[in-house]
Amino acid sequence: MRSVVKYELLSHVTNIPAYVFGAFLLLFAGIYMTVNNLKAGSMNFEYVLSGMSFIFLIAVPILTMRVLAEEKSQKTDALLYSLPASMTKVVLGKYVAMLVVFAVPLAVISLYPLILTAFGNVYLKVSLSALFGFFCLGAALLAVGLFISSLTSSQAIAAGACFVVMLVNYYMASLSGYVSSKPYASFIALFVLVLLVAALFYLLTRSLVVSGVLAGAAEAVLVILFLVKSSLFEGLFGKLLTSLSLFKRYDSFVDGMFDLSAIVYYVSVIVFFLALTVLSMEKQRWAE
Amino acid sequence: MTQGETELIEALHLTKQYGSHTAVSDVSFTVEDKGVYGLLGPNGAGKSTIMNMMTGCLSATEGSVRINGNDIVTEAAEAKRHIGYLPEIPPLYPDRTPEEALGFIAMNKGLSKEAAKAQIENAMEVTRITEVSRRLCGNLSKGYKQRVGLAQAMIGDPDIIILDEPTVGLDPREIVEIRGLIRELGKERIVVFSSHILSEVEAICRKILVISGGRLLEFDTPERLAEKYAESTVVDMTVLAPETEARKILEKTDHVNKLKIRPLGSEKCRITFNSSATDQDEMCSRLFFSFSDAKRPITELTVHQASLEDLYIEMTDNISNDQGASGRRSAVSGKGGGRK
Repeated sequence: MRSVVKYELLSHVTNIPAYVFGAFLLLFAGIYMTVNNLKAGSMNFEYVLSGMSFIFLIAVPILTMRVLAEEKSQKTDALLYSLPASMTKVVLGKYVAMLVVFAVPLAVISLYPLILTAFGNVYLKVSLSALFGFFCLGAALLAVGLFISSLTSSQAIAAGACFVVMLVNYYMASLSGYVSSKPYASFIALFVLVLLVAALFYLLTRSLVVSGVLAGAAEAVLVILFLVKSSLFEGLFGKLLTSLSLFKRYDSFVDGMFDLSAIVYYVSVIVFFLALTVLSMEKQRWAE
Repeated sequence: MTQGETELIEALHLTKQYGSHTAVSDVSFTVEDKGVYGLLGPNGAGKSTIMNMMTGCLSATEGSVRINGNDIVTEAAEAKRHIGYLPEIPPLYPDRTPEEALGFIAMNKGLSKEAAKAQIENAMEVTRITEVSRRLCGNLSKGYKQRVGLAQAMIGDPDIIILDEPTVGLDPREIVEIRGLIRELGKERIVVFSSHILSEVEAICRKILVISGGRLLEFDTPERLAEKYAESTVVDMTVLAPETEARKILEKTDHVNKLKIRPLGSEKCRITFNSSATDQDEMCSRLFFSFSDAKRPITELTVHQASLEDLYIEMTDNISNDQGASGRRSAVSGKGGGRK
């Protein structure tokens, strides 16, 4: 895995996207700190991070679009498949290299609260917690972006799809307020969602039986629950949208909490999407 | 190397299906001794698919490949350590230099720093890319890219090197150089390379695997392949006779097979057939008298041994015709070769 990390880091260093990614983060961190802390005189650095989190909508697609899509378009993926290293190690190597690229501008940004201490009493612990949360949020979004990059050989499609997914996730919590809270509305939405997840699983595994059984079992549970206790479904889909939103989870860090449940959620998302990426890459080896 | 202890490459009943299309059907062969082996077949015959399955880049729908006794799917890491692979398009990152590309392979194959340095230098020297080792791969010519790909395949000193059409797109001088390199590599290890150019395979290969329609038709030395076909004498002749009369005469003559007659006007025709006669002089005499008795002069008569090219066309034609006529047919096992 070390060799993949090293090679991938070299690739980031010699290509523009990593610099654009870092520049975006530093530029917006600078703007927000100037406006929030230096001009408005606020001592809360966590608001800077909260305000600039939307930058991930653009920065993540820029960094992730080429990582696997380019391998396919340039046919260098044949090299990855023929290496003694497993695909899990290859994917992990590429992911760790992206985390390093993300950590560099974040390390610079982490100096800002220290600089602010020269002008007043900054809440360093909260700032540190917010920085950690920001890193976890970014890491989870990078895992999602890496997975999207594994689905296509076109960098433009990877970037576009990643942007849409990020955008939906960004507004997911806000959109949940517009979703009907009636039980049957939640039931129908969940029913469709299960079908979509099963379709994605089928696309990745090409196993109609497994996808069908999983979808059937999940749909059966939904139907039974709805028939037995429909009140369970009241406002359920809205709540689900809110709890699935990666950006919404970050709010607790901004509010001064070191939210363990959010960290567990971010780690789960990372593991889930990295596993999906490995599956997506392996699927091409098993293409039929 | 573990040569002699076990089969270095053992492909058993390899089959690959893409939906309803069978790209490779029940291909089996074993390679035990070092040397250059050619995978010969027309475009779309399934050569690249077989190579991709041999290197673990593609999984087989059915069957298995064992490299030095290790299954390429279940014991991939160990099996792949023994393989160097150059796909049809050299897998080079355009923003990396050849030196960096080779270093990446060396690290992945678990070489120590010293071993990696020595092997990279050796590979660059042998493939003659030292002078471009610090240029970006994206700026290299097709020939140099192919050489860098070849150097990549050499890293780790693998027992087996698999090359997918390594000479495609190269100029004649580069082709000669790459062929020489393949020949050199084959002295120390097994080199399997694919091509649709028969003369290339015939020139450098110890044994040939003939693939067509996803099936293995033959696996033998070039010489034995030619011997194996008894009807390997081709007769071309021009006679001053109508087509029907020439056909009548030849049908009465022994050892005439695959007769083709092309009229050249009403009183002249061009005849081609394969002869299974062992004594060519006797056959020519018989032909001469058959036509002279009928007062039909032969104006031209050429007898030549069928080249491997003729056999190749015949073999691949047969499989195409068979597929057209009767669909799938059971494949031929490569071990020991033979047409069945």
